Amino acid sequence: MITKLEAAFKPQLLEVTDESESHRGHGGWREGGQTHFRIKIISTAFEGMSRVAMHRAVNECVAEEIAGGIHALAIEAKSHT
Amino acid sequence: MSDIQSWIKHEVENNDVVLFMKGTPNFPQCGFSGQSVQILDYIGVKYVGHNVLEDDSLRQGIKDYSQWPTIPQLYVKGEFVGGCDIIREMFQSQELQALLSEKGIEIAPAA
Repeated sequence: MITKLEAAFKPQLLEVTDESESHRGHGGWREGGQTHFRIKIISTAFEGMSRVAMHRAVNECVAEEIAGGIHALAIEAKSHT
Repeated sequence: MSDIQSWIKHEVENNDVVLFMKGTPNFPQCGFSGQSVQILDYIGVKYVGHNVLEDDSLRQGIKDYSQWPTIPQLYVKGEFVGGCDIIREMFQSQELQALLSEKGIEIAPAA
């Protein structure tokens, strides 16, 4: 996921956190984790894009991972700090 | 256009604010839907909530409609605004309140 995001957006900042543990027992959670992720990304590639457009771009980039069983993906995307 | 797609279109175009969510406004069944409900309630805007868990064709249909992979989804005057993260960001920066006022939708913030 990180490799893909780096390649696609050349981000100034990229943090991908597995937050599955804090959702233990909640909907979509399963043993072994890897269900709830947070992506924090800042990239000049997002310049001029609306929030929806930025999130779409990130979602598209990691579509395979989402289809592969990620239940929740929180995205914080910005074009500048 | 399939039945569900035309139904969704009709819903979002005939209600000012529509939230497609998991569970109901009174009983959200997912943390993200719950947060979205809390924000809308806090702002004091009237909205229609649709529970996608009640209908599999709606659950998939709404994702196809907006080309957006997750639920909840907020629509204002027929326009897709975003999911939970976007709703929260826009609420915190007051953009959501501004958008609603701009569209002539009444909001009554809780005192």
